[in-house]
Amino acid sequence: MYKIAVLGDRDSVLGFKALGLDVYPAETVEEAKTILHRLASEDCAIVYLTEQLGVQMEEEIARYKDEMKPAIILIPGKDGSLGIGMANVTRAVERAVGADIL
Amino acid sequence: MAATNVSATRMELTRLKKKLKTAVRGHKLLKDKRDELMKQFLDVVRENRELRARVEEALMRAHASFTVVSALMSSEMLEQSLMYPKQSVDLDMKFKNIMSVNVPEYQFKTQNADSGDVYPYGFATTSCELDGAVDALSSAFQDMLKLAQIEKTSQLLAEEIEKTRRRVNALEYVMIPETQEQIRRITMKLDENDRNTTIRLMKVKDMLLAQAIEEKRRADEEALKGYQEKIG
Repeated sequence: MYKIAVLGDRDSVLGFKALGLDVYPAETVEEAKTILHRLASEDCAIVYLTEQLGVQMEEEIARYKDEMKPAIILIPGKDGSLGIGMANVTRAVERAVGADIL
Repeated sequence: MAATNVSATRMELTRLKKKLKTAVRGHKLLKDKRDELMKQFLDVVRENRELRARVEEALMRAHASFTVVSALMSSEMLEQSLMYPKQSVDLDMKFKNIMSVNVPEYQFKTQNADSGDVYPYGFATTSCELDGAVDALSSAFQDMLKLAQIEKTSQLLAEEIEKTRRRVNALEYVMIPETQEQIRRITMKLDENDRNTTIRLMKVKDMLLAQAIEEKRRADEEALKGYQEKIG
């Protein structure tokens, strides 16, 4: 059985606790990085990461991008969407096709 | 210009021809693979965009509700209410094979079958806004899970397409032309050798012929001289 983790600042992730997900509040980027690496080495299949933290963790995210697990999915935090999640989709297209064709 | 360190022998030529054949075949197969991957990828990416837009919108709504809740309730109270979830989620991961790319397929089971009963708190002490917020999150969760699957799939496919594209290009623009060039050079060299041999043989034959004629002439001369002495 795999786990689903939610990583982000306390206020953004609190609600997911009610759904039965594993919630890991992280206030600083360093903290989030440590947690992310720990989660990756454990049985964690999906990590939902708030964009606010994700924007400062590009390197860590890129490292797990081509791995089967965990899937790191950016979600908007409580301060709203930064548009990075959407930009990542566009970037995947650019990587595959060579240009943004959509 | 291709590398010049190939010896121009028939054996090398056969080897190169075989290599070219394999390269051309591989190029065709990889190109087909790339095209099919691309087709799949575009479908996935379109869905990914739609889903992401939907999830982001739903989450923003949920966050908005939570903001209202945190205004109505103290943060300790809020945390206490959500601390012990009623619901728990088990995730099962399977693999699906798209054109030799393994992509994940998630299946999740909630321990509590009744999806309407997600509230882990008593209603007496909490604000009713909290119910709405939790509800919004729980309805967004299905899409979130699907998003995780689709997004991971699109990332993995993108990686594979990039790799395949590089391979196709390397074969098409480097490997195949280079091998063709080498084959051409060896063929030309061998033809040249052939012509060399022919010319050499012709020369030798000419020389032998000239020698034979000379000998014959000398013999004739001698015979003539002997004859003249006899009658003279």
